Parts: sequence; C-alpha cells; structure tokens
Amino acid sequence: MLNTILSGDLPRSKVLAAMLVAILVCLALAPFIFPGVRSVDTAARICIFIVLVASYDLLLGYGGIVSFAHTMFFGMGAYGVALSSKHMGAGFDALAIGAASGALLAALLALVIGLFSLRVRAIFFAMITLAVASAVAVLVSQLSGITGGEDGLSFKIPRALGPAFKFADIELFGVKMNGKLLKYYLVFFSCLILFLLMLRIVHSPFGRVLLAIRENDFRAEAIGYRVVHYRVAATCLSAAIAALAGALYAIWLRYVGPDTTLSMELMIDILLMVVIGGMGTMYGAVIGATIFVLAQNYLQNLLNVAGQAVADVPLLPQLLNADRWLLWLGVLFILSIYFFPTGIVGRLRKGN
Amino acid sequence: MPHPLLETRDLTVRFGGHVAVDHISCSFNAGELTAIVGPNGAGKTTYFNLISGQIGATEGTVQLNGHDITRMSVAQRTHRGLGRAFQLTNLFPDLNVLENVRLVIQSKAKRGFNMFSLASSHDDLTAPAMEIVERVRLGDQTQQVVSELSHGDQRKLEVALLIALDPLVYMFDEPTAGMSVDEAPIVLELIAELKARTDRAILLVEHKMDVIRTLADRIIVLHNGALAADGDPATVMASDVVQEAYMGRDLELADG
Ligand SMILES: Nc1ncnc2c1ncn2[C@@H]1O[C@H](COP(=O)(O)OP(=O)(O)OP(=O)(O)O)[C@@H](O)[C@H]1O
Ligand SMILES: [Mg+2]
Repeated sequence: MLNTILSGDLPRSKVLAAMLVAILVCLALAPFIFPGVRSVDTAARICIFIVLVASYDLLLGYGGIVSFAHTMFFGMGAYGVALSSKHMGAGFDALAIGAASGALLAALLALVIGLFSLRVRAIFFAMITLAVASAVAVLVSQLSGITGGEDGLSFKIPRALGPAFKFADIELFGVKMNGKLLKYYLVFFSCLILFLLMLRIVHSPFGRVLLAIRENDFRAEAIGYRVVHYRVAATCLSAAIAALAGALYAIWLRYVGPDTTLSMELMIDILLMVVIGGMGTMYGAVIGATIFVLAQNYLQNLLNVAGQAVADVPLLPQLLNADRWLLWLGVLFILSIYFFPTGIVGRLRKGN
Repeated sequence: MPHPLLETRDLTVRFGGHVAVDHISCSFNAGELTAIVGPNGAGKTTYFNLISGQIGATEGTVQLNGHDITRMSVAQRTHRGLGRAFQLTNLFPDLNVLENVRLVIQSKAKRGFNMFSLASSHDDLTAPAMEIVERVRLGDQTQQVVSELSHGDQRKLEVALLIALDPLVYMFDEPTAGMSVDEAPIVLELIAELKARTDRAILLVEHKMDVIRTLADRIIVLHNGALAADGDPATVMASDVVQEAYMGRDLELADG
C-alpha cells in the first residue's frame, strides 16, 4: 500500500525517512501544532514550494534540462487564477478555470519553446527560456491595465475559503473551524497529490526514459527513443505542474505580483532548493524547500536572538545583525553544497 | 534467392575536404553475415554511422527493406529495424544492468510515454530483459550499476542491448575489442546463434581474421572510405587489395 502510494520509492535511509515523516506530520497538522498566522503561512508556502521545486527537479534532475523559465510557468498559474477571479468574480469555478487555463497555457508555451530549442541543443533551451522569461516579466509589468503591473493584483476568493466562514461552531485545540483552515487543507492536499503524482511519473516507464536520456541521450536515441519528444514532454509536464503550484500560491495569498511569482530571485531560490535537497531524487525537493523556506522566514529571528546573546562581545553583534541574514543564508548554502555535493538526500542515502 | 534487407547506394560523407565514406553501393541480404574489414580510419564506423543515422549523408541513400530511410531520425530507423552495437561502449552508466536491457525492450514495446504506471510493474518487459541478461552471462550482476562492471562485462552488455532490440539488421562494431580470451567466445557464440536466424542480416566490423573465417559468409573491404573488395571470404582474402590494404599489419590475416 505505502509502496504503491510512494511508487516504490522508499526513502532508503532511516534519517531521511524520519525527516520526511516529520515534515509530513508537521505540514498535515500545522494549523493545530503551530497556530498563528505567520507559522501557518510558512507551512502553506513550504507545501507549495515543495511542488514547485519537485516540478523543477523533474526537468533538471530527471530530464537533465536547465530552464530559467520555471517562475514564468509558476506565474502563469498564479495570474490565471487572479485574472479569472477578477473577471468572473470570486468562486470555485473561477479558481478551477484560472488554474486549468494557466496550466494549459504553460504547457503550450513550454511546447513551443521546447520544439524550437530542444531540437538544437539542451543549452540552447536554457538561453531561450532565459530570454522568454525576461520578456514575459517585462510584459507583465508593462501591461498594467491587465496585470496590475508592478503592484500586482489582489482578488477575492470564495467565501468558503475565508476566515469569516465558520463550518462548525467548535474549536478544536483552540483552532477555529473556519474557511482559512479549509484553505490551508486545500493547499496541503493539492500539493500532496501533485507531489505523489510526480513521484509516480518519475518511476513510470516515461520516467525511466528521462533517466536514460540524462545518462546518455545518444544511446537513448539509438535504442529508439526520440529524445526531443521526451524532453519536450517533460518540459510541458513540469510547466503545467509549476503553473498549478502558482495557482495555489495565488489562492493562498489572494494576491499575485511580479515579485511573488516571476522574479529572477525566485528562480535562483528554486535552483538552490533543488541542489541543496538533492537533484533527481524528488524527496530532495521536500527537504530543500522546507529548509529554505524555514531559513528565509526564521533566520532573521534567530540572528536577532543570537545577536542579543553576544551583545557584549565586540564585532560579533554586527556580524549577527538581523539585516545580515542574507549573508548567512549564502554562507549556509555554500557550506551545504560543499559538504553535500549530491544534496542532502544523496548524502543520506549514501550513508546507508 | 535472398532479398536485400539493407542497401546503400552511392553513400557518401565528406568532412570538410576529407571523404570519409566514398560512394559505397552495397546490399546486405537476410540470412547473411557480412564481415566489414579495412585498416584503421578506413571508414567502417563512419559507414555504420551513416546507415544508422548518427551522421547525415552528403550524398546517396540508405534503403531498409525496400524503404528509403536516408532522411529518418536515428530512433525512427531503429523502429524500422536497424540495430547497432557500438565500438566504444555506450551504455547508461548509472543505471543497473537489468534496467539497461529493460529500457530497450520497453522501447520496442513503445511504452516510453506511459506516465502513470510503475515501470517495475511491467513484468512482460522485465521477464524478457532478464532472459537476455542471462543469455549474455550477466545473470549474477542484474542489479549492478553499469559503471562498476569490468570492461568485458560492459562489452557483453553492449551486445545484450542489441540482442534485446532484435532488429532486422544487426550491426556489430568490433564487438570483442578489448575482451579477454575467455570472454570473447561468449559474444562470438551469441553472434553465431543469431546467424541461424535466416530472416536477419548481420554486419560485423572485425579485425580478427580467425573470427571472420568462422563466422563470415561474405567479406567487404573498405579502403580510404571506398569499397575495395566484396565477395566470399576465400576469394577476398586472397585478393591483392586485401594484401595491400593490410600491408604491414597483415599478420592477423596471414595466420588467423
Ligand atoms: N565526425 C567526424 N568529423 C571529422 N572526421 C571524421 C568524423 N568521423 C570520422 N572521421 C574521419 O573519418 C575517417 C574514418 O573514421 P572511422 O572511425 O570510420 O574509421 P574506422 O574504419 O572505423 O577505423 P577503426 O578501425 O580505427 O575503428 C577517419 O579519418 C576519421 O578521422
Ligand atoms: Mg571504427
């Protein structure tokens, strides 16, 4: 049973298994274990980034394809939901249509980019995606009439997903049974399903072909796999799933803007999360996204505490100033890549 | 009357000014094993590359089973029935032995786009893969990662991938190169078994004359990219071209 759900991909390391179970339990029960707006918000972000990063891993770790357009696809789902909700009014139909059309458009655009560039060489694809993603980002900020420009778009979501909606008049462990809770679980279960779906895809016959192509595309072609077709298919899949993650993100934030979905910084974050977690492992996305989002959200607090603790020592307080959190994040990543070149998951599995 | 499974007409490729394969017209029949010989750099591997499509022809055509395949992609040619084992081992190094072979069977079964089932649940693909792994005597190493195999075992796997493909036209490029004396016979035996299949054509690039003598029905000689001789083994080996082409390194020819 578990084997089927996980597509036969057991963690193969006790530490990894423990980490994954801990993350799953924490995310599944986040509203109850960590009540408070900020922590639930962090949990939802982790869920969404796990899917986003895993969809990038499908491309990079399994397909061996470097893309810089992943945030663009993420953004297409987010803007899809925002625009449909703006134009159709708040409603689940608007959310579904927005998410579906965002995913479809993302897949179509990926198809076009893929067919144009993947025939030539994989590196060409990286350059094209960079160009297209930059162009789209500029376009989005210019077409402010439609997209809200740099300010982005705020929109309404169905009442059933808002805090005003009470579906039961009790409090469970002090948590109100309201629409906000429903929204969290909408995000959580959607992400869980999408993740398990990707886990299945990488262990399907198709996933094996991707691995074969990554290992030796020349021979993959020689035994009869049209390498271009498989690469394009992987690109489309990955784009569509990224768009769905984007749709969830927009629903969660009730807002979409260039900074939250389209920025190059976000693209680099995704790359880092994949590499830190471990490329080509899927579970790496879980570990990488969790650590990264936590660090992003709590490193500043941690530094504050540490800074106060060493307030009397010279120099150290300046170094541990909360404003230096980005520096420390950088140091953390360099260290983790240095010590775990195959990512945390790769390291843990090898340790067995 | 044997019919040609594979035919090349004026097949030519130029790299800059250098003509690596020079107007080779030749056909290969079902039930026949043709040895392709020639000194280093004669164009044997390049001729194979043109046939299986890794390199586009400058001139000329390739016909497979009566169809022109000159403009087809490598993968398309493979599905039409061309199969190739490479001179330089060319495997999926981080996958295990069984998975390497299973991928070939999966390709033949055209299940590569199946996305939602578990690859490991396709028993009808795993079973024949297992059988072939055992046939090439790698049964003890099915779960071994390819990069950890000995050179000889990698060569066997190289041949296993071709056998798994079971094409109409088998192309072997020095299949026993670098193999030890006790390993080479395993591969040669497998090739001899294939010869018994009268509906397949086999092309074998080989330097070792004893091998050619026991296996070949016919020999063609390439020299500077051109077809220099073509005929039954005894005649070709005795001909002047062969003596000339192999001048200086004809020991293998002489005493096999
Ligand atoms: N892609 C290429 N670009 C330029 N020259 C090439 C290319 N491929 C092959 N050649 C040249 O074509 C000639 C034929 O090479 P080929 O590898 O076909 O020889 P061969 O008969 O297989 O030799 P060997 O017995 O050493 O395997 C050589 O001179 C080689 O340098
Ligand atoms: Mg050669």
